[in-house]
Amino acid sequence: MLLFVPNDPKSDLKLKVQTHNIKSQKYTKQGSNKPPWLNLTNKQGRSHIFEFENYPDMHACRDFITKALAKCDEESNKSVVSTPSEQLSMAEFELRFKLLRENSELQKLHKQFVESKVLTEDEFWSTRKKLLGKYSIRKSKQQMGLKSMMVSGIKPSSDGRTNRVTFTLTSEIIFQIFAEKPAVRQAFIDYVPKKMTEKDFWTKYFRAEYLYSTKNTAEAAEDEELAVFLKPDEILAREARQKMRRVDPTLDMDADQGDDYTHLMDHGIQRDGTNDAVEPQNDQHRRSLLQDLNRHAAVVLEGRCIVDVESEETRIVAEALTRAKQVSKANQERLERMSRAAEMEDLQAPQNFPLAPLSIKDPRDYFESQQGNVLSEPRGARASKRNVYEAYGLLKESILEIRMTGLSDPLVKPEVSFEVFSSLTRTISTAKNIIGKNPRESFLDRLPKSTKDEVIHDVIFNHAATPSNPCSRNLTAYGLMCMAMKQSVQSDLRHQVSLLVRSMQQALDAAFQHYESDLQRRTAKIA
Amino acid sequence: MPSVVSKQYSDDVSLLVLLLDTNPLFWSTTSITFSQFLSHVLAFLNAVLGLNQLNQVVVIATGYSSCDYIYDSSLTSNHGNLESNGTGMPALFGSLLKKLEDFVTKDEELSREEVSEDRIPSCLLSGSLSMALCYIQRVFRSGHLHPQPRILCLQGSPDGPEQYVAVMNSIFSAQRLMVPIDSCYIGVQNSAFLQQASYITGGVHHTPKQLDGLFQYLTTIFATDLHSRSFVQLPKPIGVDFRASCFCHKKTIDMGYICSVCLSIFCEHHKKCSTCGSVFGQSKLDDASSVSDKKRKAPST
Repeated sequence: MLLFVPNDPKSDLKLKVQTHNIKSQKYTKQGSNKPPWLNLTNKQGRSHIFEFENYPDMHACRDFITKALAKCDEESNKSVVSTPSEQLSMAEFELRFKLLRENSELQKLHKQFVESKVLTEDEFWSTRKKLLGKYSIRKSKQQMGLKSMMVSGIKPSSDGRTNRVTFTLTSEIIFQIFAEKPAVRQAFIDYVPKKMTEKDFWTKYFRAEYLYSTKNTAEAAEDEELAVFLKPDEILAREARQKMRRVDPTLDMDADQGDDYTHLMDHGIQRDGTNDAVEPQNDQHRRSLLQDLNRHAAVVLEGRCIVDVESEETRIVAEALTRAKQVSKANQERLERMSRAAEMEDLQAPQNFPLAPLSIKDPRDYFESQQGNVLSEPRGARASKRNVYEAYGLLKESILEIRMTGLSDPLVKPEVSFEVFSSLTRTISTAKNIIGKNPRESFLDRLPKSTKDEVIHDVIFNHAATPSNPCSRNLTAYGLMCMAMKQSVQSDLRHQVSLLVRSMQQALDAAFQHYESDLQRRTAKIA
Repeated sequence: MPSVVSKQYSDDVSLLVLLLDTNPLFWSTTSITFSQFLSHVLAFLNAVLGLNQLNQVVVIATGYSSCDYIYDSSLTSNHGNLESNGTGMPALFGSLLKKLEDFVTKDEELSREEVSEDRIPSCLLSGSLSMALCYIQRVFRSGHLHPQPRILCLQGSPDGPEQYVAVMNSIFSAQRLMVPIDSCYIGVQNSAFLQQASYITGGVHHTPKQLDGLFQYLTTIFATDLHSRSFVQLPKPIGVDFRASCFCHKKTIDMGYICSVCLSIFCEHHKKCSTCGSVFGQSKLDDASSVSDKKRKAPST
């Protein structure tokens, strides 16, 4: 019960306010131009406004009311609701509750029987022990992962009445804080229980958080212990740097430069979503939303590294986490050794294999040997200087000689010429006759001697009068010979002879045609 | 190889590019003297020029260390010079001989600078072939009306193996240009280069047996223009001697073993290739007798 009496000694007004009636209190700020007022609203909706002479008075009154309200609340909380008479463990009760919540049918049955007092709770659950058992097994087997809600998302319940900010702290939250902020964990191990109690520690921690969120970091920096909570996490930074240095060449994207995000500049979205510019003097206490988010995500993805979290002892939890980190470090070292042993070809320096020199013989050897093979006698084949001079001299002499004497007359002796002709014709005919037979044997030779004589006789005497130009005299003779052969040849050779003769005749006809047309053209030109 | 298809212009107008072998080392060892040879050649050139008014002749001298153009019948400056010494030489070839003499002098100077003494006394065939092809290319580009070019190679010197690649390149260019390379070989040995050149480009190759009838050979075989060759049978060799010689004994073989890595030829089974060093596997043929049973290719004359 609160009694308000005005300052004026003359007035007789007194106001009695039931403490538990007060819902909230509001007050004007010191810096504003308004006079120092205090507004109390009660549960019925009515509000009382008190005016004070000055602000400190108003603050004093406010604090007093806050304390009174707190006391009032404590008292009210002390009256505990009596529990049912059944001897149930909390766990089993939870189990039952969960089952009922999940199974709507069971809930209906429960409602039907137990709440209508047909069956007692015990009787209801005794028949469904199997369900309970199954559920409990299920529960105990599966490990719950970490909550994805961030620590900083845990908003305190701020009590407007008592001007208190209350943080709820469960063991889960403690675990999360220790996992995400190793500096806090280290601080806990250091300070508790040497410097302060656990409660104090957490109070300090949450005060630091609160001050940070309300941007009162200047105040916090003064307190040494609070500063610990606000500084960027050194342990994290150290870990990140170590990870970066140890990146595995097997390209395990374990860490990259982005991991050291505590030192990265980002665009300064603060933790509570505001986008204000950062105050320069509080740089070291600046932690951004991005950094917190990253760290939280990393921890959640890592999962629970220690299994047993049910221990309430915070210190044990902190120490266990530290140990777990050390174990993982040892594992890392083992992996590192393994990766160093694993050889990757394309990341090694280029190996210079011993090369065998390519030895290919000089191709000139082959050609020179070819020449050496064909040379019948090596008469002066190698040019020596003296030979060269002599040779040149001879050559020049020859040239002079011909300049003097001119062309010889006759140029070619007729017998020589005739020999040349005959050999050439023989060559031509033998070349035509090669179809797998002995090349040296000419067709003419295969005919019996008498036939050959006859043919030649025929040709020379009977067909000498044929008009032919001198150029094709040779050809005409041959052609006529073939025609004569056709008549006088034996039957078994007739086919081949005819083949031969036919092609020869064609060639001759073409030659004659060409000559005649040429002749005509020339006569036409002249005419 | 199929005979050459005749091109534009009148049928039988021809441009003959003569590659004259002036290798002194060869000419100092032959039965025919260079002057006799020259007289045959000059008469032949005259005959070619007489076959058709529009025929052209170009002579390139193939020396020991250099090559040069000696004579070009299309140039008008030929007829100006009359030999002052009162020679029996027709004025037509006065300039040719003069230039030839100058060329031989120059060639002598160049060969003096040459150090290597181990060279086979071959003439610079690749050089003269290239020069001939350049001239012919210029003629092709001169317009639509041009004579049909062909190359006649008069050579007696043996093949220089160091010129193999260059000569083959020239031969393939000639084939592309459709210019036949005729070859008349007056030397002692067989010239593989010339045989292959004539075979690939569709020309005529002949080795005259009687050198004092050289003029007859030249006029019978090599004076034929390209158009006439489609109906005139010219003496062709029965087969080109593409036979190889084995690497171990240097004897010509027509059946043997080949290394599949470097294609070097052996007449008998070896364990290892002597050129590239690759190891051979087991021989499929058991003994030499089974090899000789197989049909042999007819050896050329």
